[in-house]
Amino acid sequence: MTDIVAQPAENSPDEILAATRGRHLVIGEVVGLYVLSIAAALVLAGLLVAVTGGSAADVFNALLDGSVRNPGRWGLTLGAAAPLLLVALGTIVNSRAGLVNIGQEGQLLIGAAFATYVGVRLPGPGPIVVVALCGAGIIGGALWAGIAGGLRYWRGVPEVLSTLLMVIIAAQAVGYGLKNEGLLLSAAGNRANRNQVSEQLASDTRIPRLTWFGNEFPTTVFLAIALAALVAFALARTIPGFRLRMLGQNPRTAQRAGVGATRYGMGSMLISGGFAGLAGATMLAGGDFGNYQLVPGFSTNIGWTGLLVALVARERAVAAIAVAFTFAGLRTGSGFLAATGVERKITDVVQALLVLALLIPPAVLYIRERRRALNAAKERV
Amino acid sequence: MGAVWDVLTNEVTYSSAVRFAALLLFAASGEWVAERAGTLNISVEGMLLSGAFASAVSIDLVDSMWLALLIGALAGLLLSTVQANLSHRLPADQFVVGLTINILVLGLVGFLDDGLDPSVAGAGVVSVPLLSDIPLIGPALFAQSWPLYLVYPLVPAMWWLVYRTRWGLEVRAAGEDPNSADVSGIRVNARRRQSIYLVGLTSGLGGAYFVLGAVGSFEDSIIGGRGFIAIAAVIFGGWTLKGSVAGCVLFGAVVSFRLSLPQQGYDALGTELLQALPYIVTIAGMAMFAHRVRPPAALAKPFLRGLK
Repeated sequence: MTDIVAQPAENSPDEILAATRGRHLVIGEVVGLYVLSIAAALVLAGLLVAVTGGSAADVFNALLDGSVRNPGRWGLTLGAAAPLLLVALGTIVNSRAGLVNIGQEGQLLIGAAFATYVGVRLPGPGPIVVVALCGAGIIGGALWAGIAGGLRYWRGVPEVLSTLLMVIIAAQAVGYGLKNEGLLLSAAGNRANRNQVSEQLASDTRIPRLTWFGNEFPTTVFLAIALAALVAFALARTIPGFRLRMLGQNPRTAQRAGVGATRYGMGSMLISGGFAGLAGATMLAGGDFGNYQLVPGFSTNIGWTGLLVALVARERAVAAIAVAFTFAGLRTGSGFLAATGVERKITDVVQALLVLALLIPPAVLYIRERRRALNAAKERV
Repeated sequence: MGAVWDVLTNEVTYSSAVRFAALLLFAASGEWVAERAGTLNISVEGMLLSGAFASAVSIDLVDSMWLALLIGALAGLLLSTVQANLSHRLPADQFVVGLTINILVLGLVGFLDDGLDPSVAGAGVVSVPLLSDIPLIGPALFAQSWPLYLVYPLVPAMWWLVYRTRWGLEVRAAGEDPNSADVSGIRVNARRRQSIYLVGLTSGLGGAYFVLGAVGSFEDSIIGGRGFIAIAAVIFGGWTLKGSVAGCVLFGAVVSFRLSLPQQGYDALGTELLQALPYIVTIAGMAMFAHRVRPPAALAKPFLRGLK
């Protein structure tokens, strides 16, 4: 009969050496897999450009010029990165709780609409109005996500679908608001040829902008980075953060430990929507997106891209900062693509391909790890 | 009320509703199988769009309606291999994969259709004798362009496949209790992958039908979120095929209002409300019915075999 009890390891120098060599191999494998899959995504995108008659090198240079290299461009990229990061932070909170909120685009738009309503109507000193309109944005986004959360917990509707469908409803609702002067539409005298635009925010109710080395960007950049640190800390080091993660990793354990799924799940949805709404409000008052006024289609895919940022960052708030800047760079860089004759939507393709490529290495590593464990277990028997 | 009566007695209302319901049915019939196998496959939107785009491009090149429909179905199948293998061979999250595929297809189509001629040679209308003479619903169901008729055999075929074949039994087992299915020798993830290939085929075909048989032109927004309504129809129908068909007909009718109501001079509802109505009705429908039905027990739960 074979002895199924594992033998205690003999710590001979050879074995220790073998073990560390194994670890180096694993690290090399991780890096290799990531490099390989990112390279595959970029090569695929390059092929796509080449097939449609463009030059991949030109595209690369144009993207680099448009995002950081040319004067004043990295300020623009920072301005675009701030709302992306905010959206991603909210997404990280709800996905840590095991919920799938993919309606940030709509939540952001509703947040911007609420912020517009408050921002153009509220009398009072500028700074207070700015804070109030940001608060209104948070409430709007949280409300929109909260509807989906409520439907999930009380009516059993999967939040994947309800958040998604509510993106389309949000766009129509804002379009409706922009047709009525009682809601969002600007007074007749203040708009040229009957466009669907809101009143412009007064100059003292805008978020202050900084200029560093000829690059101008709104101060929300610092707010977004501070919030990233806060989210990372709250999830890793606080009791509510711990409970949220427990809920996401094992709902049954969470229930046994007294974590209310409805309470924490709803909470994470509200926070997630609130972040998206805040992103919308700061886009409106920050100045990089349009002329301090709301128009139909104001959200311009920031919600979707922010969601991708969270996916690429793999639910880590600090990593999201770098990813947000990269994706913002693709966005601002795409403005320079017209000169190369390549359709600017190539950057959307690159983003999605990168996300898909980055899904593969952790999954492959997981499978290999299991196989190793299986083999190790077999050898011991 | 007179206006409502006019709309209800007008043949245009019904034929337009059937055209949209057919689009949803193509997608929902495959989606139903995938969900019974345990995948809430949200990339169905991307599959529809890729089928529509592939057939719109290929119809100019191959000049054969059948071939263009086939190419549309194959485009859907191609996408489904990505979804299936990432989420059920590798353990990547199925929603993340699905969402990314949707964004990828939207970007890819936007990138490639630059300079594409949007008009497409449409398929001819074929009237079924006798049946198309039934008042109101006759022409709606039986005097349509012929690719629509493909949906009529498709739905019973799916029923037969799921309830009357060994494969279907294994699919249902994979969606209800993957662990038990696994120990009784069923390859759970293989069945899930195959059911995703199936939804890829039917959705690709659905997208191709919509371009060639219903709209007759192509633009990026041609699907515009209707794939998600097809998923909602399956949930609304309580994961039964009958219920899903009912969901598709209901949601298809509401979707068609946007076109058919203004056409008949009935525009008391604003354009925004008309555009948002299908999505509001879909959410309301799910809110009313979703908690009364029981989803497949392992829906949206990945299956990973334990060590053994």
